[in-house]
Amino acid sequence: MSAESTQIHNIGYRNYDGPRLGRAYARRSLFSQSLRGAYGLGRSAKSKVLPMILFAVMCLPAAIMVAVAVTTKAKDLPVDYTRYAIFLQAVISLFLAAQAPQTVSRDLRFKTVPLYFSRPIERGDYVLAKFAAMSSALFVLTAAPLLVLYVGALLAKLDFADQTKGFAQGLVSVALLSLLFSGIALVISAVTPRRGFGIAAVIAVMTITYGAVSTVQAIAYEQGSTGAIAWLGLFSPITLIDGVQSAFLGATSAFPGGEGPSSGVGVVYVLVVLGLIAGCYGAMMRRYRKVGL
Amino acid sequence: MTVIATESLSKRFPRVTALDRLSMDIGPGVTGLVGANGAGKSTLIKILLGLSPATEGRAAVLGLDVATSGGQIRERVGYMPEHDCLPPDVSATEFVVHMARMSGLPPTAARERTADTLRHVGLYEERYRPIGGYSTGMKQRVKLAQALVHDPQLVFLDEPTNGLDPVGRDEMLGLIRRVHTDFGISVLVTSHLLGELERTCDHVVVIDGGKLLRSSSTTDFTQTTTTLAVEVTDTDEHPDGTRVLRDALSGRGIETRTGGELPGAGHTILLTAEGEETYDLVRDLVADLGLGLVRMEQRRHHIAEVFTDEPRQESAPGRAAAAPGPAPRTAAATAQQTGGGRDER
Repeated sequence: MSAESTQIHNIGYRNYDGPRLGRAYARRSLFSQSLRGAYGLGRSAKSKVLPMILFAVMCLPAAIMVAVAVTTKAKDLPVDYTRYAIFLQAVISLFLAAQAPQTVSRDLRFKTVPLYFSRPIERGDYVLAKFAAMSSALFVLTAAPLLVLYVGALLAKLDFADQTKGFAQGLVSVALLSLLFSGIALVISAVTPRRGFGIAAVIAVMTITYGAVSTVQAIAYEQGSTGAIAWLGLFSPITLIDGVQSAFLGATSAFPGGEGPSSGVGVVYVLVVLGLIAGCYGAMMRRYRKVGL
Repeated sequence: MTVIATESLSKRFPRVTALDRLSMDIGPGVTGLVGANGAGKSTLIKILLGLSPATEGRAAVLGLDVATSGGQIRERVGYMPEHDCLPPDVSATEFVVHMARMSGLPPTAARERTADTLRHVGLYEERYRPIGGYSTGMKQRVKLAQALVHDPQLVFLDEPTNGLDPVGRDEMLGLIRRVHTDFGISVLVTSHLLGELERTCDHVVVIDGGKLLRSSSTTDFTQTTTTLAVEVTDTDEHPDGTRVLRDALSGRGIETRTGGELPGAGHTILLTAEGEETYDLVRDLVADLGLGLVRMEQRRHHIAEVFTDEPRQESAPGRAAAAPGPAPRTAAATAQQTGGGRDER
């Protein structure tokens, strides 16, 4: 062996004795791969189209508003920072429906999950990395237009303190939104290995609950039972976020008649949102207990 | 040095016992794990990877306890699953690089190792194309590459020849052999085809119903199980060449039988090869009788034969030493008398 190893073997096998960076590194790698994947980076050109279009659609209204505000020398932006995501919720739902299944169902459908679990990372690492990646992707999508608005507002020389406060409140709101929406969409997608079902189910959950809640809220408003409106908002993801931000983040509610929840009810909203996020994480963990090898 | 050691390892599910007090030691080299479907092969691999706790007993891989050091084990071990596990829309290179990083390799090392490994398993230009367009043989190579990319000390290959045609099978078996001889990586390969493993492995472990049926080195195995199939032509002098040869062989004290009920099998003579001299004897007899030797080949044993032909004895959870090479048969293996089957009458 020693005599042979002095020769130059071009195609000989080389052992690897470099560093092995372990579990935390693998988790980070999975996170960045999934985050990039959500925007189609590192994947085929075809899979970049939809997320990039949605990203553009998301930012375009903000750019137009800024342009209008700058040229008309308006005193305020036409839309609050906190309101922007509610305004474009359809785009957010579409992004979620397209990208959440691709983040998790692909691994299930093509049975790649066992390959992950035969490596140092564990179930918790996988779920954490995927959850964080999807939330970050959604945060990028929802925070980017806010940044456009903020920069534009500063260019238009609007009040700095006011705008910064609004921007910060908006960021907190979309961060919460990203976590909540990602959690719900990932759980739905993780249940089915079929991507098509995942897409349909995510869209259905997002739009049907919102449609149902706003309809019932409108009826309640018509009948004058305004007290019920705030409670009804607990039953759809988007109205949950709306409720939290109108109670604590200085937003004006999009509920009928602007009947947002009071601080007391707002606490319930926050608890429900946090509970749902934790619940989704727990459900994901449970789901992956079954799909080991 | 022992690569894998289990000690009365059991795994029970509510309705089925997958592993029943399995004790064995497996040394470095290529080890075949043979068993019918549901024999507990996959369950064993799962436990050895530290992914599923054993109901009782202990197991160690590379000297690490599976119950406490699962993460460390998985860093040094590769795993190739039986089923399809490749996403079709990425290229082999991208996929294997990602898997290398999942094993903890830094980005640059991951790319270098991927290029090396894919070349070693025999994927060249096509590695930049999406996996969806690959043949089954190429996919198996990618699966093998992802198990080897982080240069493990041991790989578990679960049915690596599944779905391959005979040529692909031979190539894959050759590749597995090289994983040990050239790369220095120990291999545990499962199959339900005993004959396949006979050619590739240093050592074969047979499990059935979660129990150890036998564990012995392959040289041992083939010696006791080699059945020779001989077919000869008829000549004018000997209108029934098969009969003449059988008579001649029994004259030399060698028992023969015909190939069985299948059409054409009546012309096949089956006999037990004791060693090199049996081959020579058959050759000489055929030549003396002036018959044409159509074929003389080793019969590949299907694993089912090992199970059906042998009297099912309660296999005591004996510890069968499993050093590679022609190890003398251990007391445990002999006591079990599971080897040989019909050949050891």
